[in-house]
Amino acid sequence: MDLDSLIVLAPFIAMIVTAITLMLVIAVRRNFALVNGIAGFGIVLSLLLIGPAWHKSSIQAIPLLNIDHYALFFVALLLLAGLAVLGLCHDYFKQYDAENEELPLLLLTALLGGSVLAASSHFAALFLGLEILSISLFTLIGYPVNRTRPLEAAIKYLVLSGVSSAFLLMGIALLYAESGELDFIGIEGFIDAHLPLNSVILSGVILIAAGLGFKLSLAPFHLWTPDVYEGAPAPVTAFIATVSKGAVFVLLLRLLVTTGSYRYVPLLTVFSFIAMLSILVGNMLALLQKNIKRLLAYSSIAHMGYLLVALIAGASIARPLVVESAAFYLVAYFITTIGAFGVVSVLSTPQQEAGDVAILRGLFWRRPWLAGTFTLMLLSLAGIPLTAGFIGKFYVFTSGADARLWVLLASVIIGSGLGLYYYVRIIVAMSMNSEEVMSEPPKKSRKWLSTVTLAALSLLLVWFGILPGHLIDCIQSIAISMR
Amino acid sequence: MILPSLIAVLFVGGLAAWISARWHANAPRWTAIVTLALEAWLAASQLTGNHAAEIPLPGRPAAWLTELDLPWILRFGIGFHLAADGLSLLLIALTVLLGWMAVCCSWTEIGKRTGFYYFNLLACLAGTVGVFLAVDLFLFFLFWEVMIIPMYFLISIWGHENRTYAAIKFVIFTQVSSLLMLLAIIVLVLVNYQRSGAFSFDYFALLNVPLEPKLADWLMLGFLIAFTVKLPAVPFHTWLPDAHTQAPTGGSIILAGVLLKTGAYGLLRFVIPLFPDAAHRFAPIAMTLGAVSVLYAAMMAYAQSDIKRLVAYTSVSHMGFILLGLFSWNLLAMQGAVVTMLAHGLSAGALFMIAGFLQKRLHSREFGDMSGMWQAVPRLSAFMLFFVMATLGLPGLGNFIGEFLVLLGAFKVNPIVTSVAALALILAPVYALIIIQKACHGPLQKRPILTDCGILELSSLGVLILASVWLGLHPQTVLDISAPALQQVIQNMNAKEPSWTLIR
Repeated sequence: MDLDSLIVLAPFIAMIVTAITLMLVIAVRRNFALVNGIAGFGIVLSLLLIGPAWHKSSIQAIPLLNIDHYALFFVALLLLAGLAVLGLCHDYFKQYDAENEELPLLLLTALLGGSVLAASSHFAALFLGLEILSISLFTLIGYPVNRTRPLEAAIKYLVLSGVSSAFLLMGIALLYAESGELDFIGIEGFIDAHLPLNSVILSGVILIAAGLGFKLSLAPFHLWTPDVYEGAPAPVTAFIATVSKGAVFVLLLRLLVTTGSYRYVPLLTVFSFIAMLSILVGNMLALLQKNIKRLLAYSSIAHMGYLLVALIAGASIARPLVVESAAFYLVAYFITTIGAFGVVSVLSTPQQEAGDVAILRGLFWRRPWLAGTFTLMLLSLAGIPLTAGFIGKFYVFTSGADARLWVLLASVIIGSGLGLYYYVRIIVAMSMNSEEVMSEPPKKSRKWLSTVTLAALSLLLVWFGILPGHLIDCIQSIAISMR
Repeated sequence: MILPSLIAVLFVGGLAAWISARWHANAPRWTAIVTLALEAWLAASQLTGNHAAEIPLPGRPAAWLTELDLPWILRFGIGFHLAADGLSLLLIALTVLLGWMAVCCSWTEIGKRTGFYYFNLLACLAGTVGVFLAVDLFLFFLFWEVMIIPMYFLISIWGHENRTYAAIKFVIFTQVSSLLMLLAIIVLVLVNYQRSGAFSFDYFALLNVPLEPKLADWLMLGFLIAFTVKLPAVPFHTWLPDAHTQAPTGGSIILAGVLLKTGAYGLLRFVIPLFPDAAHRFAPIAMTLGAVSVLYAAMMAYAQSDIKRLVAYTSVSHMGFILLGLFSWNLLAMQGAVVTMLAHGLSAGALFMIAGFLQKRLHSREFGDMSGMWQAVPRLSAFMLFFVMATLGLPGLGNFIGEFLVLLGAFKVNPIVTSVAALALILAPVYALIIIQKACHGPLQKRPILTDCGILELSSLGVLILASVWLGLHPQTVLDISAPALQQVIQNMNAKEPSWTLIR
């Protein structure tokens, strides 16, 4: 391994080193603030190391990982999301009288898994990354062990995630049995030579799609989502919704582009069906929810559907536009989702998760800044202009229209209409008169880190909504670099 | 730099009003007044200054008076491109005037959270002014959406008993239809991209994109639905009575006076110039829809027992005239439509103000609670009579000029539809008389003594009377200001399809 590879791999190595350091520190001395500080430092260090890696990139550092600008951009995004979640976690868990020190450690391992996914160019890396991520997530979801809901959610996620991984493995095995390749580029060569593909390949591809669809909580595989979102502690929910889904989506996009699967028409049909179902099912079921976390869970199903529309469009439009659309949408989705769950996490107390919409009543008049942030996040989720969410939706429309996916776009429009209803309903609840409101939780503890995080997220949201030029330039360069 | 400041002044003023609420309860009100005064001064200097100078812009049709073009999102060729012609300046003048009225009548009505209220009011006005100025389709869409959210807050926070339902209905109708427009905009841009190899959302660049007839029809529909929902015309009008009825008085004035005009403006500025062929094919249907709106809404108005609901339906009826006029393809009818826009803004705004004043005194909008108002509040009733007469199209007032020109122009094109629409001239007095009869006449009810108009109410309604009379007696000024813009539209139509015989 030469120096260049080392530089390129440095962000990953930094994560690993930090995780190990954390383990050792915890063994010596349990101090939540200290552990959090080290974890935060580790993440920032990895982020800094991305700088030199960026100049060297597009190196196949090891056979499993292709660290190009595309991978590095999303690693950075995941790390930033991890940093934000860490801040939220600190404020959320410091009120618990339990051993919280392993939490940052698990966040770091999960981030490592996600980063590996973002860079993987080989099915072995894919599976490794996915499992590192999932196993960390089981523990994170069930971290407050003395409460029943998180445990239930963790078990549910464990079982279903295990099944989906089995699907994925089986799919990979079938592909390997036919092609003898595990490398994405190798698969491309095989597909090139063997179109149209036989039924074994078809089963393999569909099994892989099902496995990844589960992780993305796309419509027929979405059943776990609301329960897990509701049960997990709010910051962890933010983490699942963004880092876990984002990393898998990044991988899916690379998989499709690198292996040239876009030429494989049945796959696109399957994806189109899944996308439409996700948009409609997600939005319709969200209409019925009274719990904010469940509502956001269903809305995230719908958002994955929108994202998939951009992905499907990739079959017939210029590749840079697809990567751009997906990347911008993901960035906007990350900001809004972490922001929304961040508000929930700030409102939660050790005794009670702030799940019920009733808690939000009159929030505008009690805590105007918090309510304003939440409104901004919801408007961005709804795709209202001057927020990043709108530019994201604009991208989805552009790539969908360019690829002439009229049916899918129609479902996006219907879905947005439905979505607006339930987002606006929350805003209505927040603007209700506070006279008719339950009393404030007695003790208000200071949550500095969360405040800073939410403020930063709101600023980014508006910045990317009004002046998206900077981000677009950056994304364009990764879109071009991707082979 | 005067164009962006027209938008910025309102928005910054709104923020200032919001913040100033911390110091004094009256501060937001005064801030709003000062902001609107500044805005009025800016708009007036623009209106008079350019009219005197008459310097055509380089590379633009002569109708455009001033413009500002800054690059914004280079990736898609989106610019921060504002431009004004006579039409947009007229509508901005209307916006400022009605904004003033809205602030005046909210003075005592809104007692809670005044800072946030005035922020929303001014932000909504800022969005509307942006809509009237934007000539970049992306920017236009942005302002189009931005004006909705503050209005939503106005309805849902300060509205009446059924406000949540009305606010959500309003948002969903306008948003879903505007997404169709967004899709149409994007497809139009992509077609232009495939032809020219460069992204551009610029209005002037997209004006002359050759389109296949079928595609043009679909795109035109995308725009048309968004605008007719906002206008509104009959199949899409159901949000309006709810929103108008539930909004606070200031919100109703802005909704009826200004927001509805953005729909008409969009038809005139975008649908007809961008897709002249498709719009021409669609014209018979649009004219029919217009006539149906006119009659149906007039009849619905007759059946209402809630005064704000009644006025809301009369708005739909008047907007039908605008639809009829715009799709008649001649200068006369279009001029009529523009005058109707202004006149309706004045008369409907005034009627909503009066309804608000009545509600403040009676705590009811039902005619059943109103009878005998003439004895109780004679001055207010006299104002009501005046504006009801304006609504029914009394000669000498603005509405008459508008409707007359529309009917005159449209008759040459489609006599049958126009004749049917003209039946509204019978229906309008009927619903107008209903208002007077039920509210002003009838037995005097036993109720605590009501105060008549105060000085603020008197002066603000007086200004509207003056404006309405001026528009009715001397419409030539308005016709002169809007004529170049409309001629431009018509020239563009002719350039696209020379075979049309234009009726002048």
